[in-house]
Amino acid sequence: MSIYLPIAELPVNIFLIFGLGIAVGFISGMFGVGGGFLMTPMLILIGIPPAVAVASVPSHMAASSLTGTLSYWRKKLVDSGLGLVLLSGGMLGTAAGVWIFSLLRRLGQLDLIINLSYIVLLSIIGTLMIVESIRALWRSMHGQAPVLRRPGTHSWFHGLPLKFRFRQSRIYVSAIPVTAIGFGVGLLGALMGIGGGFLLVPALIYLMRVPTAVSVGTSLFLTLFTMLAATVLHAVENRSVDVVLSLSLMIGGVIGAQSGARAGQAIKAEQLRFLLGILVIAVAARVGIDLLTKPLELFSVISSEAG
Amino acid sequence: MFAGRTKAAIAIALLTAPLFVQIAHAERLVTSLSTHRVLISSNFTGTSLVLFASIEESDAPRDKPKKYDIAVTVRGPAATFVARKKDRILGLWVNYESRSYPNVPSYLAVLTNRPAAEFGPLELQTKYKLGLSFAAFTPSIVADEEFRNALVRVKKAEGLFYDEANAVTFLTPTLFRATLPIPATAPIGPYEVDVQVFFNGVLTAQQTTAIEVVKTGFEAFVAHSARENRLDYGLGVAFLAIVVGTLAGLVFRRN
Repeated sequence: MSIYLPIAELPVNIFLIFGLGIAVGFISGMFGVGGGFLMTPMLILIGIPPAVAVASVPSHMAASSLTGTLSYWRKKLVDSGLGLVLLSGGMLGTAAGVWIFSLLRRLGQLDLIINLSYIVLLSIIGTLMIVESIRALWRSMHGQAPVLRRPGTHSWFHGLPLKFRFRQSRIYVSAIPVTAIGFGVGLLGALMGIGGGFLLVPALIYLMRVPTAVSVGTSLFLTLFTMLAATVLHAVENRSVDVVLSLSLMIGGVIGAQSGARAGQAIKAEQLRFLLGILVIAVAARVGIDLLTKPLELFSVISSEAG
Repeated sequence: MFAGRTKAAIAIALLTAPLFVQIAHAERLVTSLSTHRVLISSNFTGTSLVLFASIEESDAPRDKPKKYDIAVTVRGPAATFVARKKDRILGLWVNYESRSYPNVPSYLAVLTNRPAAEFGPLELQTKYKLGLSFAAFTPSIVADEEFRNALVRVKKAEGLFYDEANAVTFLTPTLFRATLPIPATAPIGPYEVDVQVFFNGVLTAQQTTAIEVVKTGFEAFVAHSARENRLDYGLGVAFLAIVVGTLAGLVFRRN
């Protein structure tokens, strides 16, 4: 059954869109990532114009991260205080990202920037996560206690002022690095059409020493707000949010996100980090291969009004 | 002064004379399209229009009917298109060179009864824009063959440029039919259907009809809101996300 998308101006198979929503929603709920880094390229692959895909995916991520947040909230795995401080940076970052997005689109190098950011960020983060989680798994296999949280060690940013105690996360840090992380995640998120959760979760785990489950819950909480903001900003700035596409993705997404959140809470933290690392590396490899191999069609044609 | 006026009159007569001659000998073309409005609703997956046309010969019927050539050109709303070429820079395939083409039809179909190259000399094809690359571009002196060909190739692959050399069928020597495809991805806006009749490599009749591709009902409402009430629309979609997310949260909690 196909349905016509009023903004993308083409028909799509509704079941394909539901299916994508469910699959990506599951991953979203499980790892606390928005899932945009998987969804956006897949939509482009099935023929949705990139501008519409990037602008419509955030609303899907908002819906799935909301159900995910509710699920983690009930288990007290969301640090709303930490989330709100991250959010203040995230909002600024999102606005800057949407603005840079329009600018790059006019310059014609949007694809390149998006692809390069993907590869660089994803390969670094993915590798770090896999190495770390293998070490953790190794230690737990040999009966040693996990040493991820080292109360005695302090990074340079622990000396910064404006210190807050974040209860759920069991950390006591300055708001400055937290806001900076929020800004970076919001910026990249809006720019790349992704929630940025796959950046935020590792940043919280490794930089801020937040427990894995709370990182996931808080990341979902933050993703909810940044993606709502991204939806409104894309609608105003780029006019390319397709509500029919958004709604179809959302409905699939929330179903997947609920099951994903359960699956994520059921497995061990190290295993979850390891799987997320694999996922992140796989996406980086795919984008990298695309950039390194000669495309079949060297030319692309866009309407200068729409693109 | 009087002489001057006479001279002017003669000049006008001389200038217009060939025109009168042409009209006197020209065939009249009567066309009929199955519809002039293509409505896009939520179940739109593309459609096709049927064109019937009859050539009315002005001179008396002859024993051996004339063999006409027909070209039907469908042009969608014009837009500026940018063709970009990827090149290898530092080992990466990135967009490098580009050419911008203003006034290119966003949809283009050229349908003929036989390859346009057989209608007559090459000048005929360039003059009457027979064929995709002639119909798509305004003449240019820039050496950019590669980019023009690429634009036509890419648009053809997208189904937005279409040519068919035996799409016009004669039912009788003077009555013909053509099927004009309107793909699912057809751009919204005014279209122009141009029917040209050639005989022995000379244009003998021509008629242009307008059609329109429009969104209707819900699709039209959404597109209009997204364009005109950007903030409300954005807030609406965001609200929708909250409703769907909350509902799902509640439903799954009970299970």
